[in-house]
Amino acid sequence: MSALHPRHNRAARRWEALFRGVCLGAVALPLIVLLGLVGDTVLRGLPKLDLDFLTGFPSRKWERAGLLPGLVGSVQLIVLTAALALPVGVGAAVYLEEYGSRTSRIARVIEVNIANLAGVPSILYGLLGLELFVRALGLGRSLLAGAATLALLVLPVVILTTREALRTVPDSLREAAAALGATRWQITRQVVLPMALPGILTGAILAVSRAMGETAPLVVIGALTFMTYVPDGVDSYFTALPILIFNWTSRPDPGFATTAAAGITVLLVTLLALNLGAIVLRGRLMARRQGSP
Amino acid sequence: MSASTPKLRAADVRAGFGDKEVLRGIHLDVAPQEVTAIIGPSGCGKSTFLRNLNRMHELVPGAWLRGSLQLDGVEIAGADVDPVLLRRRVGMVFQKPNPFPTMSIRDNVLAGLRLTGRTLGRADEELTLQRSLTQAALWDEVKDRLRDPAVGLSGGQQQRLCIARSLAVGPEVLLMDEPCSALDPIATARIEDLIHVLRESYTIVIVTHSMQQAARVSGRTAFFLMGELVEVDDTQSLFTRPRDKRTEDYITGRFG
Amino acid sequence: MSPGPQHIDREFQRELQALRDHLLRMGGRVEEMVHLAVQSLVEDDMELAERTIRLDNAVNQDERDIDERCIRMLARWQPMASDLRLITFGFKVVTDFERVGDLAVSICQRAKELHGDGVKESWAELSVMAGRVTDMLTRALDAFARVDEAAARAVIGLDDAVDDDDRRISRGQLERVRGEGGEGLVQHCIRVQNISKSLERIGDHCTNIAERTVFLAGGTDLRYTGPRGVR
Repeated sequence: MSALHPRHNRAARRWEALFRGVCLGAVALPLIVLLGLVGDTVLRGLPKLDLDFLTGFPSRKWERAGLLPGLVGSVQLIVLTAALALPVGVGAAVYLEEYGSRTSRIARVIEVNIANLAGVPSILYGLLGLELFVRALGLGRSLLAGAATLALLVLPVVILTTREALRTVPDSLREAAAALGATRWQITRQVVLPMALPGILTGAILAVSRAMGETAPLVVIGALTFMTYVPDGVDSYFTALPILIFNWTSRPDPGFATTAAAGITVLLVTLLALNLGAIVLRGRLMARRQGSP
Repeated sequence: MSASTPKLRAADVRAGFGDKEVLRGIHLDVAPQEVTAIIGPSGCGKSTFLRNLNRMHELVPGAWLRGSLQLDGVEIAGADVDPVLLRRRVGMVFQKPNPFPTMSIRDNVLAGLRLTGRTLGRADEELTLQRSLTQAALWDEVKDRLRDPAVGLSGGQQQRLCIARSLAVGPEVLLMDEPCSALDPIATARIEDLIHVLRESYTIVIVTHSMQQAARVSGRTAFFLMGELVEVDDTQSLFTRPRDKRTEDYITGRFG
Repeated sequence: MSPGPQHIDREFQRELQALRDHLLRMGGRVEEMVHLAVQSLVEDDMELAERTIRLDNAVNQDERDIDERCIRMLARWQPMASDLRLITFGFKVVTDFERVGDLAVSICQRAKELHGDGVKESWAELSVMAGRVTDMLTRALDAFARVDEAAARAVIGLDDAVDDDDRRISRGQLERVRGEGGEGLVQHCIRVQNISKSLERIGDHCTNIAERTVFLAGGTDLRYTGPRGVR
């Protein structure tokens, strides 16, 4: 048997196998737990999952409770939040990354602060939104105020992920464009942004997903927990899926537990659908780029 | 040396980053329609000098430049010259080929014009495209796949694409910063052959760490050492009987 | 050669030194051959003449070896500047050395032919001329060893005296023939003239070596510039 035979390396290979096992477990465990929880919830909510539930309105009787206002409200919130947060967030990130100095003290201070803002508990954003949008700007407890608050909430995330996406664009490309005689704006718009788009979209999806699941700030803003009509304008009162779910879980009647489970299921499905849609969109954009005219 | 105006003239050029001085008083003339090579050990300032010729040096925070730089006898280092416009007359090719990955071959070549908002009619675009790719000795290899992504080309082809891209803008001077460093010997030979042809229409300044390459492609060679221009002479003389001992020691491989 | 820093590539450094050594060795061989050839003539030593002729084999081998060494170094290291000049010096100078060797052989062969020819009146003159030529050769080799441009130029200046010697000896022999005549004398004189010519040619080769040394030292190409170009 030669000196290269594997048996001469038994100890090292055992450690290797052990390490792989640990890593596998680290991946498998949360997945199993997650799937278990989700599965359990879906099963629990099964009795209530029907068309009436999706098209009905909240009710004091769990058998008749529906979540249409919440569904519509959540979707409206998402769209508005995206419309507010994305342009501002991407714009800010572009300014900081492409036009600002990356190494000056101010730049570093800003960077630290944005990172911190991303970690601030969301209820504080609710309080800020209450004072600023609801009261000071006089928007009232409206969809717009809610969307504006959520936009503020996800803004740091959008800025951070957009900056990351911009950083993945190698400097050599900016150099190449500069050497061709392009101005900073021409470089940013025609070279950097197109390349960073997938990353920016990912960040947008992340932000939107987060906004969708937020409850506390909306409660502070004054979203309704019981709504018998569908929100019909940016200035209307509103509600959202998480709030309805929150409401159902705090009812004593065990039937509402089923309702809540069904609501959670709908929320999860909606989130998934949104994410999928955004990913498909991103895929289309990247494919179009490869064979561009 | 003819009495006509040099294409580029550097007079007492000093440059650096922050409090670090990289170039200490460079005096160098670059003749038109000639290939001038700049050689020297790492850190001698040759790339910094090259990047000052199209004012790319100032894009780095903290970079500074003093002294005089002239293109066709006109000062280009001052605030009354728009560096963006200068770079359209003085193009640059980099060490690592950097075609725009999101664009096709076609779009890459035309990128210089489109980026700067100088759109041409369809016919003119096709003309420019073909002319630039032909000048870069790439036309025959890609004429049937112009819409394919640029990143699908080999390293040597990508570098020639970058050259075509630079040429499409219509510069008079082409700066090359170690253009063959990342390429294999055959791709390198193609580009050197290309330089021989381009010389007739453009003024070329090439920074290279390969002395053999400088000897092969250039008519005049300048030797930089620690921020100083030690010696500049026609290539034949510099490589057979250099006047300065430091040059002799460097090109025979006694240091560097 | 250029004192001071060594080549970073030490094998290259060793090869360069080996080339210099080999060239000096070859030069030393032909220097000895010339010296021995003249000695065999003056002392009428036939055995010495034979031995000297056999030395030529080593010289021819040297030529082949050095040529190969030079080609190898060119291909491997693409030398520049002074190193390149050394290689081209090597290529050219081995030819001169080899010819000098052949000329020394020729002198030995004339010595054999002149064996037993009685009183050799021209020996004094030939000895002086031989002395001058061997001196030129020694100095040329020395100038190369030290890459001394001034010393090399000095060697070039010595060639005139050698040319004068040759003319004088040739004329002298001619007059002897005119004066005395006779088949034996004619043969004798032709051979003496031949020796003088060989020595004169050796002097020319020394001049070549010196000119090439000047190029090696500073890169000035002195070929075809003539004596006036030298001074």
